[in-house]
Amino acid sequence: MEAKINALKEQMEISLGAVQSQEELAEFWQAYLGKKGSIAGLMKELGKVSAEERPAMGKFINQFKAYAEQRYQEVRAEMDRKELEARNKNEQVDITMPAVKRPMGSLHPITIVKDQMVDVFAGMGFEIYEGPEIEDDDHNFTRLNVAKNHPARDMQDTFYVAEDIVLRTHTSPGQIRVMDAEKPPIKVLVPGRVFRSDSDATHSPMFHQMEGLVVDKKITLCDLQGMLDEFVKKIFGSEVKTRLRPSYFPFTEPSVEVDVSCFECGGKGCSLCKGTGWIEVLGGGIVHHKVLENCGIDPNEYSGLAFGIGIERIAMLKYGINNIGLLYENDLRFLKQFKD
Amino acid sequence: MKVPFSWLKEYVDIDVTAQELEEKLFSCGFEVEELIPVGKDISGVVVGHVVECEKIPDTHLSLCKVDAGTGELLQICCGADNVQAGGKYPCALVGATVLATGKDHKTVEGVLTIKKGKLRGYESCGMLCSGVELGLNDDLYPGADYFGLLVLPEDALVGADVKPLLGMDDYIFDISVTANRADCQSVLGIAREVAAVLNKPLKMPATDYTTSDYTYPGLNITVEALDLCPRYLGHGVRNITPGQSPQWMRRYLALCGLRSISNVVDITNFVMLEIGQPMHAFDMSTLESTQIIVRRARNDESIVTLDGKEFQLSDSNLVICDGAKPVALAGIMGGLNSEITENTTQLLFESAKFMRDNIRKTSRSLGQSTDASSHYEKGISEYTCELGMARALHLIQELGCGEVTASAFDVSAGAPREGKRFTATISGINRILGIEVPAEAILDILRRLQFEVKQDGDVLDVTAPRYREDIEIGEPDLAEEVIREYGYEHIVPTFLQASSVTNGGLNAAQQRRAKLKRTLCGQGYYEISTLAFYADADLDALHLAEDAPERRVIRLLNPITSNLTIMRPLLAPSMLNTVVENLKKGNNAGRIFELSNVYAPKELPVTQLPDEIPHLGFAAFGDDEDFFTVKGTMEALAEAFGVRFDYERAEDVPYLHPGISAYILCDGKRVGVFGKLANQVTGELKLPKDSKANHKIFLGEIDYNALCALLPESMRYQPISEFATVTRDLALVVEEGMTCGTLVETIRSACKQVGDVELFDVYRSEQIGEGKKSMAFKIFFVPEDKALTPKDIDRFMNKILGNLKHKLNIDMR
Repeated sequence: MEAKINALKEQMEISLGAVQSQEELAEFWQAYLGKKGSIAGLMKELGKVSAEERPAMGKFINQFKAYAEQRYQEVRAEMDRKELEARNKNEQVDITMPAVKRPMGSLHPITIVKDQMVDVFAGMGFEIYEGPEIEDDDHNFTRLNVAKNHPARDMQDTFYVAEDIVLRTHTSPGQIRVMDAEKPPIKVLVPGRVFRSDSDATHSPMFHQMEGLVVDKKITLCDLQGMLDEFVKKIFGSEVKTRLRPSYFPFTEPSVEVDVSCFECGGKGCSLCKGTGWIEVLGGGIVHHKVLENCGIDPNEYSGLAFGIGIERIAMLKYGINNIGLLYENDLRFLKQFKD
Repeated sequence: MKVPFSWLKEYVDIDVTAQELEEKLFSCGFEVEELIPVGKDISGVVVGHVVECEKIPDTHLSLCKVDAGTGELLQICCGADNVQAGGKYPCALVGATVLATGKDHKTVEGVLTIKKGKLRGYESCGMLCSGVELGLNDDLYPGADYFGLLVLPEDALVGADVKPLLGMDDYIFDISVTANRADCQSVLGIAREVAAVLNKPLKMPATDYTTSDYTYPGLNITVEALDLCPRYLGHGVRNITPGQSPQWMRRYLALCGLRSISNVVDITNFVMLEIGQPMHAFDMSTLESTQIIVRRARNDESIVTLDGKEFQLSDSNLVICDGAKPVALAGIMGGLNSEITENTTQLLFESAKFMRDNIRKTSRSLGQSTDASSHYEKGISEYTCELGMARALHLIQELGCGEVTASAFDVSAGAPREGKRFTATISGINRILGIEVPAEAILDILRRLQFEVKQDGDVLDVTAPRYREDIEIGEPDLAEEVIREYGYEHIVPTFLQASSVTNGGLNAAQQRRAKLKRTLCGQGYYEISTLAFYADADLDALHLAEDAPERRVIRLLNPITSNLTIMRPLLAPSMLNTVVENLKKGNNAGRIFELSNVYAPKELPVTQLPDEIPHLGFAAFGDDEDFFTVKGTMEALAEAFGVRFDYERAEDVPYLHPGISAYILCDGKRVGVFGKLANQVTGELKLPKDSKANHKIFLGEIDYNALCALLPESMRYQPISEFATVTRDLALVVEEGMTCGTLVETIRSACKQVGDVELFDVYRSEQIGEGKKSMAFKIFFVPEDKALTPKDIDRFMNKILGNLKHKLNIDMR
């Protein structure tokens, strides 16, 4: 009996070595391990073995069966591995072939920059107000302390659509509209399109501004600088500093021009900052008493700060765009570069 | 505003360099746009002493040996006729730069670098220079206009740089003066600021003069239009002796770009530059009945100004008249009829304040702008009028060119002759600044700026200088004066220390706009930004009818170009123009959008603010686009905003293809339209004929407000069935003209359990027959309170088939 088992074992190894496919492997299993297979046959023969030898022989057969199963599993695993390998190889693609693109558009750079700016000020508690683009003289000039004969009207070339109706020349009329509608404390941003009769490499007849207004008790020039410090750090980087210098706007007093330290050279002087180490980015100041009074706010009780930022200016600085016209040509090769 | 450094030094002992002064001016609010060195193109020119000079035979040249302090004698060939041994002339050494002149030796044609050269075989190591080659003229240095070498004084130090000797070691400050500081539109005005910022005393120009006993008989001045001319000073001068002005005056005028003309004319120009007061001088002998009347012009009047131009006047123009006619266009230019000539012996000086608004309007409407009008437009104070007149009369005497008579007139609307007086507090000033500037510093600064200040504890009694018409509201004005002198670097940034906490961020409508934009970006669209105005031609290009409602547009009264004249009533032209521009640049496919206002007047002409209506404009172009790719965008939008869009054929939109365009309906209301660009519009595009892409352009426009009004305000969750949705396919053979929408609607209306109905196949074949098509739909049945059995579905399908048969006479295939 033992010799028979050993012979069967040898034969099994030969059969297993000859297996080439899953089908043959299944046949092998049927032939040796199946219900009618050789090993099951051995078990049936066990009855003919003497009672003394039977336990040992039974164990021997069981060991053989376990061995056969193990061999079967080994071969099967190896075969699976090879087949998977072959399939993978077969399915392999040339990963350097061009991608199939799912088209994805993007926002206009002005919108991207505007959103970033709004985000910074929203975090400081600013709401967003958008006023009309076509304004009356009263909101655009008079109530902002720009009287009919005021020299500031010379600074701006205004588009008129009627004697007293203009395309707003700045977002500042938004200040008036907000203060008419709300009582302090006020913290509001007024982003929007503005219009001036001017057109060259740095001027477009339409461009975007963002006005900021804070009206509360005890607002100071220090607050203006502190707030703008935070703003420029978020927009241009944490190393950037602000510098105030005197300026003039009819609706603020004192008025300041705000420069940022050059983020390109760190203030050492380069072509971007024209060697000065500073870049002019916005104007602002303490809200003029007359403007507060024009909106029914008592300047003895409340004070305010206001600032106006040219969004194109910020976008052009951030992205190194040297011609404002590019922002309005809408050439897709240009637009596709901006990702928010 | 151009100010010579040397002229400033007449009024302030400046002990800093021009560069340091530039910094100081910048810090106190006067940006120097350019610091221009006088003779900036000239370098390496020294005093040369011609030791030997011999004519070179048969030429106009002389061969000179020149001592230029270099330790050796330089051989220089010179063509000037006035070169002689023993003379001293400017000598440009090898490597020097001077101005290059043309054949006439006068016209400057750039900058020349001196090189060693040979003339007629003679080596020449440098160049002796004329005045023109150094950028000089007779006004800047006497003798500089001579057609030959510039002769230097005998005592000039050989080898020394000629620049200090010729007054060329100077700078011109080109200063940007803010609109509120009209008082700084003069050399004296800037000098006042310089004195304050350097903390030096200001030396006022001399204004003393004596008058003779003579009065002009019958001379009288009346101002009829005091509202336009609140102050008018006139003073008679006689026994004029015409002649040249002194060199110092000519030099200052020349540094500021003015040519010397004659002593009297130079005085008026000098006073305008120095004091900021435009002066005028009338030839007294030309004045009819020795009268001066300041009044509005009559509508039939005209005037010929000094430059020979004739202007028709109206009653909005202010004129200076004699007893019969206008003799000057007030504040802009004198009349030719009363001009000062070399024969003038008696004159009347005018120093006046004209209202800037009126001068600006007249100057603009007549197209006549002068140095005087630009000063008036910025604003002149009455103090300046007084100072200007006194200075002019002083100069008449200082130059000895006339007799100041006793005929003096001062007509005034009665404005006070003192500076504005108000009280302020030190604490109030510091409250605005947010820092504690010491009281002494505040007082010191204000006094340096010529404010009179009396202190009583915290309270200041302040009188502003008369020329500071910009000072109006007390503490904020003073805060600005203090901090610009004290220094902005003292401001300590604080982050809204004392202000209330507020809740910021976008409101719901703003968030919705942002979501719309992002949804479109996700669909492959690029946001564009186009101008809010275009021209009628852009509407013509869309074939919009003359009487189309969009033709009622708001027109700019003062457009800058003829292609930007109307506020846009539609975004479509802007979209189309952007597509065309992209195609021209070879961008053959793309998707673009813009969410922006269009404008609709409430009435015409415009008398009140118009409606500004946000529209969503979009376009898609390129080979891969068709009606359905764009419709896909619409579906994505509808899905993003939780609504359903329906479509209705749009046959009456002139710029869209009548068979390939649709109105977009939301909740049964039209909110927009989209479709393929009409063939006739496409055919007219300015594109190359072979450009294939031009045949596939799709445009759309949605009234954003109309859409928003139909969007759900808020949403509540709908219970979902616990039972599975069941699908069943249905293929129908229908007439070619049958629309998908009709079939879907008919299927849906047959049975309330029908959810979505999706078309998944359209098939045409001979077997089906000519003019017919097979359409296959997937129908989704949504269970309510129990699972759907095959029997249920059969029942529903029967209902659907019944409806199809009944309504559309369609049998199942």
